[in-house]
Amino acid sequence: MSPKQKSSRIDKIYGTATALLSSSAFLFLFLILGVLLIFSYPSFAVNGFKFFVSSVWNVPTNNAIVVVNGFKTLQGAEYGMTVFFFGTLLTSLLALLMGVPLGLGIAIFLSQLAPRRLASPISFLVELLAGIPSVIYGLWGFIVLGPVLLKEVEPAMAKYLGFIPGLHGPAYSSGLLASGVILAIMIVPIIASISRDVMAQTPTELKEGGTALGLTNWEVTRKIVIPYAKTGIVGSIILGLGRALGETMAVAMVSNGATFLPKTLYYPINSIAAFLAVNFDGAFEDPTKMFVYSLGELALVLLAITMLVNVAARLLVRKGFFGGGAEHVIQV
Amino acid sequence: MEKNVSRATPDPTPTWRHPSVVANHKARTFRSLVFAGLCVACVLAVMIPLGDMLYMFAYRGIQVISIARLTGNPISATPGIGNAITGTAILTALSGAMAIPLGILGGVYMAEFSKGGRFSEALRFCADVLAGVPSIVLGYVCFLAFVVYFNFGYSAMAASIALAIVMFPYVFRTTEIAIRRVPESIKEGAIALGSTKTTMINRLVLRFAMPGILTGVLLALGISLSETAPLLYTANFANYNPTSLFHSQLGYLTGVIYLFYTSNLSFDVQLSYLATFVLIMIVVALNVVARLGLKRFSKV
Repeated sequence: MSPKQKSSRIDKIYGTATALLSSSAFLFLFLILGVLLIFSYPSFAVNGFKFFVSSVWNVPTNNAIVVVNGFKTLQGAEYGMTVFFFGTLLTSLLALLMGVPLGLGIAIFLSQLAPRRLASPISFLVELLAGIPSVIYGLWGFIVLGPVLLKEVEPAMAKYLGFIPGLHGPAYSSGLLASGVILAIMIVPIIASISRDVMAQTPTELKEGGTALGLTNWEVTRKIVIPYAKTGIVGSIILGLGRALGETMAVAMVSNGATFLPKTLYYPINSIAAFLAVNFDGAFEDPTKMFVYSLGELALVLLAITMLVNVAARLLVRKGFFGGGAEHVIQV
Repeated sequence: MEKNVSRATPDPTPTWRHPSVVANHKARTFRSLVFAGLCVACVLAVMIPLGDMLYMFAYRGIQVISIARLTGNPISATPGIGNAITGTAILTALSGAMAIPLGILGGVYMAEFSKGGRFSEALRFCADVLAGVPSIVLGYVCFLAFVVYFNFGYSAMAASIALAIVMFPYVFRTTEIAIRRVPESIKEGAIALGSTKTTMINRLVLRFAMPGILTGVLLALGISLSETAPLLYTANFANYNPTSLFHSQLGYLTGVIYLFYTSNLSFDVQLSYLATFVLIMIVVALNVVARLGLKRFSKV
């Protein structure tokens, strides 16, 4: 065999081997979807449509075991997801409401206003924020943010903004508002770092052209930079939403684990992810395992929501541009 | 027609006016300043919680830190987080040993061998979807698949597989991007000198892309050691060191924080603060190395 043939054979082996290894992406996704579908099927069969509309999650472990549609379940048990589903949506929307203006403000500051000497340490700190474990956010929310909300913020809001529905009522240290604030701080680095990168890619000619025509800084940002970076900004917001929807520990620690829908902004809340984490032990007290299967269905619902959101964000960001910002989309 | 003509005709008396005399200039400058102030306020609004977090946990951590607390376990005479540090080290090393080679070699395929067809598009899509899967969902899946079905028990192995799945997409995609940044001229030069593609990739491309790849690896390791949710399902928790990689529960830093923070025992809560302090130190160090250190070695 000539050296040339031999080398091309080695290249072929290398290519095939790495192709096989990269296929593990398929394998992992297949594993996740397969396990979730198999283990949520009994819950589909027993709970049916009620799972999606009921707000009661009640597992009377001492009741008799009955068989429904071929699967064992407890008599009188009810598995309904609405409390957790709406909790997930509400906390995430609240996080967006606060996190988007904050993140965009930081992105504009870093890419348009700050001198380089100031921008790079602040960028570093913002990215550090992305690296802090969520359980530490939860702990901070529990011992610092919660008491501040309980004693200062919520009474003041109820007093001065109480005429707005949902803002009047007793204060809670852990609940919807606390979860929203913590999640907002957690998604700010995602929104800020991606938007900053996209904004920084605005061609200098365009910005200088604007300035030369007499536009102020704000007008250059609003009329030139933001329209230019629009796709990336929207993508970053949706990615932030994806993170907020799937966030587990922080919400578990500052949500108060509600089993009912919130009446005010301060009420205890729960989310799918937090419920999954907290009720892991409890699931085994159900002798019929229906609790485990229903958690599987909850996990499937959560996966479906986050997948939808992430795919939308990635398609948008990739369609808009490909370059400096793309790797940040996957790094955060 | 007439309109076109008038548009083409230049202003008979073109006068240049300094921006300061343009209408409502003052109001517009003022608006611009207000907006700059708002942006600074946004930065402060986020820096204050971060600063408070770093300061408070450093303060509380330093108050309780000692050699005994860093080496003991929660049930020894001086309760400590030694077993949690060991556990986190084992989990990070084991999950890294699985995810890093897999991710880097996969990334090499994407950047160097794939022809940009449907297969690689689908792979990239799957990796993106994987990166967005909430880690608690992964914990649930790995519990059923590895702890129960494959009968690993609560163990370092089951937990590391869960963490490896969390890390894989990050390493995979950053490697691809880092390799794509290596200039084409370097690759062509190697081929022109008679190098095989394999040698070219191993000796040149990977070396040039290494700072970028390492940044991704460090960030992925950071993600791995800050995870809590999937570990509750797969490693559970233990107050002592694991005896085996299978069927042996183990402690980890994030678990100490989550399980002890509401304890009635003051030393348990102190352990929670100490674990937080240690974890923040590690995360800060990783970030400093990844974002500041490696940039200096970047050749491309």
